Amino acid sequence: MQLNKNIAVSENGFIFNPVSGDSFSTNPIGQEIINLMKEQKDRKEIVKILAEKYATDAAILEKDLADFFQMLLSYQLINGHE
Amino acid sequence: MVMSKPKITVAVSGLNNIDSPGPGIPVIRALKESTEFDVRIIGLSYETLEPGLYMHNLVDKSYSIPLPSSGMDSLLQRLEYIHSKEKLDVIIPNFDAELHSFIKLGSILKSTYNIATFMPDLETFESRHKSVLYEFGVQNEVKVPKAKMIYSPSEIQQVGLELGYPIVVKGKYYDASIAATPEQAVNYFHKIANKWGLPIILQEFVSGNEVNVTAIGDGEGNCIGAVPMRKLYITDKGKAWAGISLLDEELIKITKRVIANSKWRGGCELEFIKSQKGEYYLLEMNPRFPAWVYLAVGCGQNHPEALVKMALGQKVNPFPTYESGKLFVRYSFDQIVSLAEFEKISTLGEL
Repeated sequence: MQLNKNIAVSENGFIFNPVSGDSFSTNPIGQEIINLMKEQKDRKEIVKILAEKYATDAAILEKDLADFFQMLLSYQLINGHE
Repeated sequence: MVMSKPKITVAVSGLNNIDSPGPGIPVIRALKESTEFDVRIIGLSYETLEPGLYMHNLVDKSYSIPLPSSGMDSLLQRLEYIHSKEKLDVIIPNFDAELHSFIKLGSILKSTYNIATFMPDLETFESRHKSVLYEFGVQNEVKVPKAKMIYSPSEIQQVGLELGYPIVVKGKYYDASIAATPEQAVNYFHKIANKWGLPIILQEFVSGNEVNVTAIGDGEGNCIGAVPMRKLYITDKGKAWAGISLLDEELIKITKRVIANSKWRGGCELEFIKSQKGEYYLLEMNPRFPAWVYLAVGCGQNHPEALVKMALGQKVNPFPTYESGKLFVRYSFDQIVSLAEFEKISTLGEL
């Protein structure tokens, strides 16, 4: 999963897709996930980092992350390749 | 030492800065912000309530001009009079319906009065007309929805079978409605024909997102500038009340190809639908700047200034880049106008 080229993310979690002109707001967790994606972390690494940081069950986190990625995909913010 | 900018006088039409705005005022704003010219603006108006007439911070002097239906002779006479008072250097016409007359008068204006214009020749102008846009698309390697020009509602049945429903019903110059049934199409036919006359164009409906490009060509195949925009807020007349500049390399590539192949000379607006599959369909090519052309200035490309430079015979290099993610947001504004001013433009045709 990679963020599409030129997607801009502000410090406040405001996301702008310059190709479609769409903009979105995300909460701090969403922002954190996107920042990890920008650091080229893959899905497993993101789950691991978040599970350690928030002391959450990895299985639940995996499911929530899958939902979040699905949303990003539908908004054309990421490509579908792992 | 501060170099003073050369003073020029530019006449601009399209002062109807209303809910379905003409491009005049945005063009004037762009020219007033020129870094190369000190521009005096002469407004050309058709109606006494065009808001631009009363924008004295932008329009230095205004004159009414005859409607296109009055013929070219009366337009030329009027321009001759205005020129005798104002010494015009350039005219930028901004109404679709007046462009035909101005293109035809272009060489006389230049040779007799040394007034420059920068427009396509008549053949190129006609080639992008809504009624022949499909052929234009074939020639310029751009996808265009199929369309048929009709003169009677009795033709709707047959064309509807060929193009399928929903179908887009369009006026020759302005207006478009989407009809889901032949009955609706007949209804829109009458509505649009009553307002704008015949013919009516029936066009195949393509679903997707509308994206538009404001562009300018030098007439030799070079695209001097192009900025794509997506409407973010649309009025009930389908006009953009807010929009955002896009980063879209494919759209710029298509625009450059259209400008290059057609050797487009002057400003234009290309209206596209981007289908779900990511394919671009050209819906219209308007032969003048759009009313949102000031967004291009905000993105770093002053298209009206470039047009004036080319009209005056100067070489202009293509803009290398523009800023995406810039928005424009329109607003309405009540101007207070004295009766004396309204009387002046109404009775003398000058303000």
